[in-house]
Amino acid sequence: MSRLTFNRFADSLILVVAILAVWVGLHAYAGDSAISAPATTFAFAGRLLVQPSFWTHVAATMEAFALAFAISAAGGVALGLVLGVRRFAGDVAEPILGSLYTIPKVTLYPLMLLVFGLGMSAKVAFGVIHGVIPIMLFTIAAVRNIPPVLLRTARALRLAPVKTATSVLVPAAMPEVVTGLRVGFALTLLGVLIGEMFASQRGLGFLIINGINNHDVRMTTAVTLLVVIFAVAANSLLLAFDRRVHHG
Amino acid sequence: MNHGRRILWTRVAFIAGLVGLLEALCRLHVIKPLTMIAPSQMVQELIALAWSGELAEPALQTFIEVGASFLFSVTVGGALGAVVHALPRVRRTLDPLLASWYAVPFFVFYPLLVALLGLNVLPLIAIGVVFATPAMMLSTLAGLDRVPRVMHKVARVHRLSQLQEVRLITLPSAAPHLFTGLKLSFAYSFIGIIAGEFILSGGGLGYGISYAYESFETPKMYALMLFVLLIALVANGVLHVWDRRLARRRGLA
Repeated sequence: MSRLTFNRFADSLILVVAILAVWVGLHAYAGDSAISAPATTFAFAGRLLVQPSFWTHVAATMEAFALAFAISAAGGVALGLVLGVRRFAGDVAEPILGSLYTIPKVTLYPLMLLVFGLGMSAKVAFGVIHGVIPIMLFTIAAVRNIPPVLLRTARALRLAPVKTATSVLVPAAMPEVVTGLRVGFALTLLGVLIGEMFASQRGLGFLIINGINNHDVRMTTAVTLLVVIFAVAANSLLLAFDRRVHHG
Repeated sequence: MNHGRRILWTRVAFIAGLVGLLEALCRLHVIKPLTMIAPSQMVQELIALAWSGELAEPALQTFIEVGASFLFSVTVGGALGAVVHALPRVRRTLDPLLASWYAVPFFVFYPLLVALLGLNVLPLIAIGVVFATPAMMLSTLAGLDRVPRVMHKVARVHRLSQLQEVRLITLPSAAPHLFTGLKLSFAYSFIGIIAGEFILSGGGLGYGISYAYESFETPKMYALMLFVLLIALVANGVLHVWDRRLARRRGLA
């Protein structure tokens, strides 16, 4: 057992070392004008983390992200449940949703700005259009894969629709829905950051695009690093939870 | 079959209704012309754009980039998937990387890629590849995982050569997942490249949209957005129909 844990640990270590090696190689090849070296970046990121002004940007991003993810999750799961249960409506909707998922949503950004204006609501809307569709698609699939006998049991027990949803549909569909929420989490974050890059004067996306425009490579690399660490850490937590609900 | 047709027509009617509603709202100026032009005007504008030859160059550039990225990610992603499948230790090591790949907002690497590859189409293709290859790799792994073990035994009983086994057993069993990989690779190549053009101003359709937006050419902007939308819809439709056909053939076999 401990040998297995040790092997896992060694594997992760190899992976981290490999990523750092690629980073060093890129820096050696492209120079300081494209990417800052790992040590410099970590030092700069460390300094950022103790600056209060940096945390106001973090707070702006987190506020928009929390709102966008709450809307995506609630809307995506609710609509997904309805479309999953109503088979005909689901069959009609699924390819449409699939196509919407394929559209490069960046191209919709001028439209979003024209409709929502600069600022918070545009960021949130951008996050929602990225996140809500995968959550819907996963939820539809989750409901359809529920064994029919469970639904027949609910009917035999004459459960009210709301009661059926809370005590049969949701628990049975839970594992797949959690997977959908994990994917939606990452994409909502992506959407909010893109929104901030274009439509905002605050937030981490703004810091990145500002760094690009001012050729402040250290800032761009450091903020990118922090965003990636946050995204990967959150994803790992959700992945662990995901695996637990799938096997639990 | 009849049921399928009913679904199809409902879908068409639903979309037509939405487009009609949008048309009415724009024509009645509930939606201001500065915000959005009516769908019929978008179509006219797109036809005019295509007719004047202004569309050809950016469209061609985007098609070449997406094509290159798609071919590269499918072959390399498929090959990497097959190799990693054969090496469990490597797979275990890469697992966390692949699982969180799509949690990383890759567009932040665009400036880096420009510095590495120069200001031409290569960084755009590269971002498509970075986006699409892991999807193909993951689909290949999933497909190979689902080849039933008994099938490998059948291959051994029939003394199939390695090549025959791949052609007759492995590929057909893994086909549905490989097909999903193709679909995702196309979608991710397309998304990554259009977004890259948009952000890097690297020419192509994405750049056309951002340029039209910044110079307040709203009709042109909507015409190009419609064009991108149509490409996505047509490509998706073709792949959807092809997928159905493959599924039906599997059902018959």
